[in-house]
Amino acid sequence: MDLNYSAEELAFREEVRTWLDASIPADLRDKVLNYRELTKDDLVRWHRILAKKGWVAPSWPKKWGGTDWSPVERYIFEEEYAYAGAPPVAPFGPTMCASVLLKFGTEAQKQRFLPRIYNGDDFWCQGYSEPGAGSDLASLKTRAERRGDHYLVNGQKTWTTLGHFGDWIFCLVRTDSSSKKQEGISFLLIDMTTPGITVRPLVLLDEGHEVNEVFFDDVKVPIENLVHEEGKGWTVAKYLLGHERLNTGRIGASKREMIKLKQMAARTMKDGRPLLDDPRFRDKVSRVEVELMALEITNLRFVDEMRRTGQIGADVSMLKIRGTEIQQAITELLMQVAGPLAQSFRPIDYDGFDEFMGSIAARYFNFRKTSIYAGSNEIQRNIIAKMSLGL
Amino acid sequence: MDFQYSQEQQQLADAVGRLFEKSYDFEARKRIVGSVDGWSPDAWAAMAEMGLLMIPFAADDGGFGGGVTDLIATMEAIGAALVVEPFASTLLGGRLVANACSAAQREALLPGVIDGSTKLAFAHAERASRYALNQVETKAVKAAKGDGGWRLDGEKVVVLHAPMADRLIVSARTSGEATDAGGISLFVVDPKAAGVTTKTYRTVDNLRAADIAFAGATLPADALLGEPGAAFDAIDEAVDFATVLACCEAVGAMKFANEATLEYLKTRKQFGVPIGAFQALQHRMVDMTISAEQARSICLLACAKLDAAARGEIEAAERRRVVSAAKVKTADACRHVGQEAIQLHGGMGMTQEMKVAHTFKRLTMIAQQYGDVDHHLERFAASW
Repeated sequence: MDLNYSAEELAFREEVRTWLDASIPADLRDKVLNYRELTKDDLVRWHRILAKKGWVAPSWPKKWGGTDWSPVERYIFEEEYAYAGAPPVAPFGPTMCASVLLKFGTEAQKQRFLPRIYNGDDFWCQGYSEPGAGSDLASLKTRAERRGDHYLVNGQKTWTTLGHFGDWIFCLVRTDSSSKKQEGISFLLIDMTTPGITVRPLVLLDEGHEVNEVFFDDVKVPIENLVHEEGKGWTVAKYLLGHERLNTGRIGASKREMIKLKQMAARTMKDGRPLLDDPRFRDKVSRVEVELMALEITNLRFVDEMRRTGQIGADVSMLKIRGTEIQQAITELLMQVAGPLAQSFRPIDYDGFDEFMGSIAARYFNFRKTSIYAGSNEIQRNIIAKMSLGL
Repeated sequence: MDFQYSQEQQQLADAVGRLFEKSYDFEARKRIVGSVDGWSPDAWAAMAEMGLLMIPFAADDGGFGGGVTDLIATMEAIGAALVVEPFASTLLGGRLVANACSAAQREALLPGVIDGSTKLAFAHAERASRYALNQVETKAVKAAKGDGGWRLDGEKVVVLHAPMADRLIVSARTSGEATDAGGISLFVVDPKAAGVTTKTYRTVDNLRAADIAFAGATLPADALLGEPGAAFDAIDEAVDFATVLACCEAVGAMKFANEATLEYLKTRKQFGVPIGAFQALQHRMVDMTISAEQARSICLLACAKLDAAARGEIEAAERRRVVSAAKVKTADACRHVGQEAIQLHGGMGMTQEMKVAHTFKRLTMIAQQYGDVDHHLERFAASW
């Protein structure tokens, strides 16, 4: 039992930290740290900087551009990455679509798509959820009918994150409605410039635009864009669900937010004393910080399990549950720091409006998504109950 | 980084597990806690024989030279089996001796600790002190006789394992005001000495404890451990050590509570199905599991920090911060897991016959020991 990082791992952390510090464009870091929306150009610009460094897709095999890092090094990278305030790399291409292609794709599909994903030439999004298929994903209805050398796709996807930036979308579609609902699903890659696709924004309660509805109206998709076999899409979807789950705790980002929270609370005065010294407030902060300290070790225990055995159990879902609870708790505490100023949102006729203060409540509202997306926390509990506890 | 036990640690974990499985099942424990003295000389001898009492002491003192990390498996096993033997109390007493004393005093006391012949109890808390380690009103003054001896007056409360202790380690003020950190000294006291009155009782979780009154108890000169008035840091460290041991014990107890509850969910049938088929209960079971794992994680961290501080690699302030974090998380988890284990067992969980009920009581008391959540939240934030 040894909880310390090795000298090599510490040196690696230093290397990552130093490079990130020097390489994240100041304007982008500023946007991330001040909770401002990133444009597609912002995301692509940063993606290309990372790609040039060779760090955009650490988990890929070396021959496609992966880094060959150990699970511990990958964890360190993710933690430092979030901690530094680097813009996110949208996971839909490099993490999700690429993982599927690497596991199930043909050589031609890999050659065609992977380099473009790596270099940020194609922006990918995910076409899974539908109005009638959320947690119960297998009841999806979007149809793909085989018509000679192509499929004809009709239906609707929803909650499509960054769909308005998308060049391509990978979709779960129903190719056979006569069989059991998990069967008859297929995994299709769809060029979003194809005629018949309409993207409509879904503005969230914080007035932010990150998710969309995507409508498919007689969209022609060449059959070479089918991944794995027809009717085996559920296998692909399940594979992806079990993938890349060691970073769902978001330890680095929460550590960064915790520091910011304490700094702000130290500067905010209440009855002539820093709010941070108020026992009622301080105890709430302490409890979240303690939970985060524990979750970091829990996360490392899973990383260690991966390092030793090459796999992790379904109970890794607890990282998502606790990690999102912590993220949400921090946004609530930031609201408390803001106090009455949390009500301010958008300037109308006001030079020098405090944009950051205006973003705090919006972020609180926005972060309610974290316990809903990527398999709601209730679904995560179902997974642990069933797969790990045998209930 | 490696969260696995070393081969040595794993062998020890297996051996301790086998020992308690064989000699400390729930029926055996019932007999032990119901016996006149409330402990088992046989189990104690077996634990000593396995070398469990050697683990945290320096090789120079006849120990194994291990850290608290090497005690995790033992404490988890103690928690799972609800062992009532004076193990942690004796290690705590030994830690005080190791922290505070000269080589000669260590040589006089530690061999008996290590071979199990000297069971210790730490008499520190007083009626007014709650969890404040610096509040000591028991007084020791130089005896009038001028032979270098001491005269001890005061009262200590809830001294765990005092009734079976061969020696008490007693804190007393030799100078300063009631809440000064300076001026506190440690003495080794024979519980049968004149002027020492021990009022024994059973704790709610079936340990034995005592309130101890000292009324002009006379102690020989060599009863003073270490330098007079300088014991606070030794006490602070040793109590952190004991806190972490208690947290690890709680982790083992929670593991048992969760296993027992899961088993109950799978076997108890209502409405024609195992009650574990109900999602309302499944999710609660999952949350209990997460609580226990989170507690285990932060206990592992606290063990690592306590050992690093003992090696001089980190400051005492960092040790305090992480130990307090561990106690906060563990106490919260004790309450959550304990209460839910009873609720999910339904009426059965309310009965004396179910081991899980006793586990709940032990978990609840560990949360109260060595500082409750509020105490440690305060101490945690003090290091910001």
